[in-house]
Amino acid sequence: MSLLSILGVISSAIFSGTSLLYTTLGEILDERAGIVNLGLEGVLLVSAAAGFGVTSQTGNPYMGMLAAMLAGGSMNLLFGFLVITRRANQLASGLAVMFFGFGLSALIGKPYVGALINGLPRFMLPGLASIPALNTSQFKFDLLIYLVVPMAMLIWWLLFRTRWGLSLRAVGENANTAFAAGRNPRRVQYQALFFGGLLAGLGAAHLSIAWTMTWAEFMTAGRGFIAVALVIFSKWHPARAIAGALLFGGAVAFQLLLQASGIAISPFLLDTLPYVVTLLVLIAWGGTRKYAAPASLGRVYQGTEQ
Amino acid sequence: MADQNHETIDFVVSHGRPTTRTPLISMRGITKAFPGVLANDHIDLDVYGSEVHALLGENGAGKSTLMKILYGFYRADAGQILLNGEPVSIRSPHDARAVRIGMLFQEYTLIPAFSVAENIALFLQDLKAVLNIKEICQRIHVLSERYNLQVNPQAPVSQLSIGEQQKVEILKLMLSNARILILDEPTRVLAPHEVEALFRVLDNLRQDGYAIVLITHKMKEVLECADRITVLRGGRVAGSLLRSAASEDTLVALMFEKGLAGLQVSRKPAADESVPPLLELRGVETRGEGAETSLKALDLTVYPGEIVGVAGVSGNGQKELGDVVLGLVRCIRGTKFLFGKDTTNRSIQAVRKSGVAFIPENPLTMATAPFMTVLENMALTNAWRYARLGGLALDWQAVKTDTEDTLSKLGFSFSLYVPARSLSGGNLQRMVIVREMTHHPHLIIASYLTRGLDVQSTIAARQALLQARQSGAGVLLVSEDLEELFTLSDRLIVLYGGKVVGTFKPEEANIYEVGHLMTGSEVHHVAHN
Amino acid sequence: MSHTTDTPTRTSLPGLNTLLVVVRYLIIFLVAFGLFGVILLIAGKDPVLAIQDTLSSTLGSAYGFSEVIVKMIPLLFTAIAVALPSRVGLINVGAEGQLYMGAWLATWGALTFAPLPSWILLPLMMVLGMIGGGLWALVPAFLRARGWVNETITTLLMNYVAPSVVTFFIYGPWRSPFNSLYPQTVDFVPAARLPTFFGTRVHLGLILAIVLAVLYWFAMKYTRWGLEMRAIGGNPQAARRNGIPLTLYIVAVMCLGGAIAGLAGTSEISGIHGRLRPGFSPGFGYMGFLISWLSGGNPIGILVMSFVVALISSGGDILQIKQGLPFAVVNLLLAITLFVVLARPALLVKGKKA
Repeated sequence: MSLLSILGVISSAIFSGTSLLYTTLGEILDERAGIVNLGLEGVLLVSAAAGFGVTSQTGNPYMGMLAAMLAGGSMNLLFGFLVITRRANQLASGLAVMFFGFGLSALIGKPYVGALINGLPRFMLPGLASIPALNTSQFKFDLLIYLVVPMAMLIWWLLFRTRWGLSLRAVGENANTAFAAGRNPRRVQYQALFFGGLLAGLGAAHLSIAWTMTWAEFMTAGRGFIAVALVIFSKWHPARAIAGALLFGGAVAFQLLLQASGIAISPFLLDTLPYVVTLLVLIAWGGTRKYAAPASLGRVYQGTEQ
Repeated sequence: MADQNHETIDFVVSHGRPTTRTPLISMRGITKAFPGVLANDHIDLDVYGSEVHALLGENGAGKSTLMKILYGFYRADAGQILLNGEPVSIRSPHDARAVRIGMLFQEYTLIPAFSVAENIALFLQDLKAVLNIKEICQRIHVLSERYNLQVNPQAPVSQLSIGEQQKVEILKLMLSNARILILDEPTRVLAPHEVEALFRVLDNLRQDGYAIVLITHKMKEVLECADRITVLRGGRVAGSLLRSAASEDTLVALMFEKGLAGLQVSRKPAADESVPPLLELRGVETRGEGAETSLKALDLTVYPGEIVGVAGVSGNGQKELGDVVLGLVRCIRGTKFLFGKDTTNRSIQAVRKSGVAFIPENPLTMATAPFMTVLENMALTNAWRYARLGGLALDWQAVKTDTEDTLSKLGFSFSLYVPARSLSGGNLQRMVIVREMTHHPHLIIASYLTRGLDVQSTIAARQALLQARQSGAGVLLVSEDLEELFTLSDRLIVLYGGKVVGTFKPEEANIYEVGHLMTGSEVHHVAHN
Repeated sequence: MSHTTDTPTRTSLPGLNTLLVVVRYLIIFLVAFGLFGVILLIAGKDPVLAIQDTLSSTLGSAYGFSEVIVKMIPLLFTAIAVALPSRVGLINVGAEGQLYMGAWLATWGALTFAPLPSWILLPLMMVLGMIGGGLWALVPAFLRARGWVNETITTLLMNYVAPSVVTFFIYGPWRSPFNSLYPQTVDFVPAARLPTFFGTRVHLGLILAIVLAVLYWFAMKYTRWGLEMRAIGGNPQAARRNGIPLTLYIVAVMCLGGAIAGLAGTSEISGIHGRLRPGFSPGFGYMGFLISWLSGGNPIGILVMSFVVALISSGGDILQIKQGLPFAVVNLLLAITLFVVLARPALLVKGKKA
């Protein structure tokens, strides 16, 4: 177990976890406003395909990133139309969006299967380069990776230190109370969904444009659901999501490390790790009833009939 | 910053004795009708600054409705509201808050996951885009020091006691600029020392010019802290007087109709107390959640062949009493005996199977499957009785026959094949009565039996209870209607604050004594056997 | 949340009711197909040709039709597996995982008891499949009954654990030494295979599924348990007060749903594949959820919808071959249909509860 292989694991975890973290942050925003998006997988796929396609067409990864963000925001707005304006059941609507994303992404991405693109450039932070041990290509990260932790802090600040965040959290706890306080729950929820979608789009962009630099059908491989699980695991808090994303994103890399040290655990069993951990956490909390979920999560805001 | 809550108000401060000045709020001729009931009937009310004005009355007297009109939740059918002598239009809580009226409801609108400061911040009129929690905490601190409303601004509301949550609600009202505070039954969930603390707060507020309207049914509190008292009865103003002119007796006389003294009480056969009681509760204690009243050391017996009436203003434990007998609520302490057997904490199904029937206070939410037909609803509590082939089939013919039998006995009629939710409120009540009475229950727990029923159905339902009693069943009848209780009960108990505070025989009871006990004043009473 | 409850009301015009339902579904599909056609046009494909091709290859030949039925069988199972719990207000999104675990346990049976004759082995596999699926649903059921965690989240999470567990066994202890190209188990013995009909791939599972649908209909309409379940779905608080044992029903019904989903997996590996392969389900569980939702949990609706979804699925195969579209676009059409239902345009609103 050399230093290089440890660094390799860490690097892998960071690459893998970044897209997860962006997506999780977006979902935290949505859920804090009371909406569960089970269709996140579909949103990610469409964003990844759109971003990859635009990058391939224009040769410009930043345009692709933008396209991915907008695609994510739009998908979430579509979802929002169903659950906010039409007051449909969030779970069924989420699954519908998932299916939609499966199909739409396949359609959008088909021409670009196997295409090569210029991904986001990777570079080392100036400070790190001076540490000889870390001066390897494995520690060259792209812009999105460097921005992800600041983004988490930004989300934290938005949620807990601004009036907008207070309104958002109030809507997620009790929309009627928020309404009594003069807020417009529907508008707040749409805003949350849109920004959440932008973040999901960033996550998807990192996946297809920056990290793997490919497009394949279903390439997100359940990341949308892992993000939903991760939101629960991090108790709807942006800071904890960082740790969780590293942990969940690093599971695969961790498995390689184990193999290298002669411990063989089936990769398939390791795949179940994020879900099993989340389940255990849910069970553990359930007993103590200290559930940290926003109180109105999943409930459809019926509005007040005057 | 703190001073913006105390702008000068034009009036003369004279402790509890306002003289000639314009009322802050005047309600004139307020009338409001709901389907089937005239909640407010040409009510006039004046609210002065620097004064605690108690709005006293039984349940259903119209107090809540009147104040909800003032707060903009309802719109009056007729009448007007004047602010400082000028007519003002209040069509929503938003408008009410704009003229600085604030209302503290019985259900708190706090967000448990938020801190005190965040809850208050949400309602601040001048909240900045970037929150300055420290500054908000400072404002809270200043106010809470001044008015004895100490609470930790950083604490999450979920960790606060009910009394502390109430303080937060009051602070919230004040910091969102209200100067007229309406408090709806604020002491219902408070411990005695918390009540004292609240009165001190109200006193401080009053001295600083706030106008406070206190909706309550509790006499003692009114006499302790009110400057002016208005008594509502049956939607009308029964009387309005200053504290100096009020006493327990005058208030009780205003609250309850004097005519009751002449109630006709028919002779009833004495209940058979030699056999074991149908129902016995010994020292039963429950834990209420949130705003619910918990039962405290409750003792109660119902013998075969008697109707025990439970008097009291609703919200004093009636619901919990029914739920404990049903088995829905656990006894933390004490024991429950049904038909001589200890059935404390046994399942609801077991309780029902042993022959106990329940007519709950809200038939739609508590007893009905709204999308199923009436006939199907009839089978719900007795599926085991009508099941054939081990559950593979149901004998609908038998259900129909039994139901029609009871229908003709009671003289009710409604369609059996429509979805239950399409029935009117009165018919739903009838449906539940029919279902519960069909299988000759040994013990009947009836809550607000005749609520929403017309005269004929009322007579029929009461007759059914009497018939049941005749055949040896026992009845626990919870009601707000004193006339009904006096007519039907063999024994009368009064429930207040989750305790039995008095036991009477109706023919020996004095309406005023009952009224006193219902409103919490302790009258020394000797129970006759 | 529960679907529209199936009340045996005696309306004066039962025919009118059915007609309205048919019209409603017709409109839903027309709108959905229309939107899908627009998307196809945008993608440069020919929607009319697509429909023609689909219809001719599925309904135009006996074999084509039989293939639609083949696709329909697992959907019937999973749809019922979702519909049954929905009657008591439970949302079972876990049919996917439950069917994998049913298939897993049934495979264990097929491999372990291979020497047994067919008339013992097959029922044994069915039972094992039910146990596997039922147990997989037990954890979410228990957590929900205790009021600790919503069953939607738990079943969904467990959907992701099941396939990996199955794959682990396929790559590990159960790996076939032959056929090194694809990882899978050894072929099942003929005794473990469900018989097929008339030279098509339609297997006995169809009969089983239809019988199940009939039982479901019968149970909900006539039995005491169906009555009490509908009462719970309509008003759980009142049902509890009326003496119906809520916890018991929640756990039992949820596990029963899981068992039925387990049958889906069992019948698929026994009737079609003859071995356990990784990823053998293209989302049957989710499609079952969709079907159950679209049909409001109604047994006849489930039969019809399963057929339609199977038809659409076959259409996807055709589109892939003839017009070069990825199979995944089938999901688009399914999704749009669900969108139309969820968006509840005014003329389609007919007593569906939120």
